[in-house]
Amino acid sequence: MTLSVSENMTPTRSAFGWAALARRAEAVVIPIAALLAGFAVFSLFLMLQGKSPAEFFALVYRAGFGTAFSWENTLSRAAPLLLAALCVALPARLGLVVIGGEGAIVLGGVGAGFAGVLLLGAPAALALPVMVVAAIAIGALWIGAVGALRHYRGVNETIASLLMAYIAIALMNHLVEGPLRDPASLNKPSTAPLDEAFRLGTIPGWDVHWGLAFGVIACVAAWVLIDKTTWGFAARIAGGNVRAAQVQGLPVGKLIVGFTALGGAFAGLAGFFEVAAVHGSANASLASGYGYTGILIAFLARHNPLAIIPVAILLAGFEASSGLVQRRMDLPDATVLVLQGFVFMAILMSETLYGRFKIFAPERWRTA
Amino acid sequence: MDTDLGYWIIPLAIIGGAIRVSTPFLFVSLGEALTERSGRINLGLEGTLVFGAMSGYAVAYLTGSPWLGVLAAALCGALFGLVHGVICSLPRVNDIAIGIAMMILGMGLAFYFGKPFVQPVAPDLPAISFGWWSDIPQVRAALEVNVLFLIGAGLAVLLWWMLRATRVGLTLRVVGDSTDAARAMGLRPALIRTCATAVGGAFAGVGGAYLSLYYPGSWNEGISSGQGLMAVALVIFARWNPLACFGAALLFGGAGALGPVLQSVGVSEGYYLFFAAPYVLTLGVLIATSSPKRAMTGAPGELSITK
Repeated sequence: MTLSVSENMTPTRSAFGWAALARRAEAVVIPIAALLAGFAVFSLFLMLQGKSPAEFFALVYRAGFGTAFSWENTLSRAAPLLLAALCVALPARLGLVVIGGEGAIVLGGVGAGFAGVLLLGAPAALALPVMVVAAIAIGALWIGAVGALRHYRGVNETIASLLMAYIAIALMNHLVEGPLRDPASLNKPSTAPLDEAFRLGTIPGWDVHWGLAFGVIACVAAWVLIDKTTWGFAARIAGGNVRAAQVQGLPVGKLIVGFTALGGAFAGLAGFFEVAAVHGSANASLASGYGYTGILIAFLARHNPLAIIPVAILLAGFEASSGLVQRRMDLPDATVLVLQGFVFMAILMSETLYGRFKIFAPERWRTA
Repeated sequence: MDTDLGYWIIPLAIIGGAIRVSTPFLFVSLGEALTERSGRINLGLEGTLVFGAMSGYAVAYLTGSPWLGVLAAALCGALFGLVHGVICSLPRVNDIAIGIAMMILGMGLAFYFGKPFVQPVAPDLPAISFGWWSDIPQVRAALEVNVLFLIGAGLAVLLWWMLRATRVGLTLRVVGDSTDAARAMGLRPALIRTCATAVGGAFAGVGGAYLSLYYPGSWNEGISSGQGLMAVALVIFARWNPLACFGAALLFGGAGALGPVLQSVGVSEGYYLFFAAPYVLTLGVLIATSSPKRAMTGAPGELSITK
């Protein structure tokens, strides 16, 4: 379906008023409708098996958002999701579908854990920055390499990043079961536990670790970068049309490598927080699927870093409540994955709806 | 008779392993080659593979017949392909992103419905012994060839011939190379692509059934380790040619067999690194065969990943 060419092709730039509101509303209303459609399909799925969707969503609300404790649980889980979603959203602004953030999380965590072991006994003021830098550098190299392969070798970034995630997990298993293994970790091979001084505490007044604050700051910073700087502007142009960007003389290669590396740095940072604030050492728990949930979050947020914040919290709530839901409703642990699958499908299908509703297109209001 | 073969056991076990491990690669890559030849990419075959493994195992367990399991897996795979195909026919829906979503959905549904089938034991698919001429048990073991492998090999030849010499193949190639040309010929590209994706999904489902019904021969949540995804890369390496897919599947199967083989002869150093061999090989092959400047030879013109 093509848009009818109205007499008024360039939209009037009125800063306020209904027209501006309508134009912005499309990007909010359609994703929310798609989210609800995904929930509806999932509800149908539950009803077909004689389970009550009302009970499901009530339990999710109680365990994810009902009390101060459940909010703390949800927000702690949201921290890595915010950063993992940025690893998808930033390259996406350049038109790249990078889905291997899990690899950067895992190796960033191993890097931070290893740096912590090396610096045992050093002051925390020195050790923590080194651990952060190690995690960020590894993450940036890992996903930046995907961007470089894409630009300089034409390698498909979606497949390459996912393959590299598998390689990263194998590498982590090799390292924590071999060279970096703490002999005292018997059942669960891990690097040596971090010095207590290197463990990150919680945000004062909350039982939520600092990763959340950094995740939110990272999202705001990424929004500023994309929406308010010339770099972000150039990236959006290159994402829209690579050839046009090249003709304009924009450094497309640098943009691609830079944005993928930045996304990888955020994912690596997520790995650092998982090690320093949650697990206390690097082990197989790092590969817990945050990178994959981050893909869904970024697509739901339409790759808008600010929108990632509420979406990540919502999905973190679902993950936080999955244990209770499984026990109370006797559902398998894959239930959350099924829900995520339905929501993901709905949100992608909703792409076809943009530009179809006259109510969101002020320039078409008067044309019959 | 226990012959000491020394280190000769390694290449022998790799050949045997290649035949055993390659079958899922072969089916998924043939399915993906068919889909991509029609101009669409289905990244969701990893999810289809896992769901095929679950449904095949469940049906084989419930009916007692592994072949009914394979049939069920093929039907489920076709259904997944159909969903992918129909959704991608909507305007402005990205086939790569839908594939990622289908991957998550397929795995989620497989784990959801597969939970009761982790414990029970389903009947295995039969194998044919091609090693009768040898007295060496390791040779005999290496040449135990599953029937599905032979079917897959036959299918590769059939698809190659179909794409090359039949009207169906020509139609598929036209649709894959140019939507406009296909429309001018009075063809319906979206419909043909949807059919190609459904058939491709059925192949991937059979590949999954092989995993759960023959090798490794049980159903659990770790049944697939990315074979469905690697097969997508393998198709690029094979230049969308079904015969080359067969060779590439054997190569990848050999790489996948490396870890277990070295473990069996007692090499434990770097055990996990050898498990990364197929991924490293896939990535290396992708890097070696891609080029930023020219379109890849043999690539369907409408394929989004090569544009």
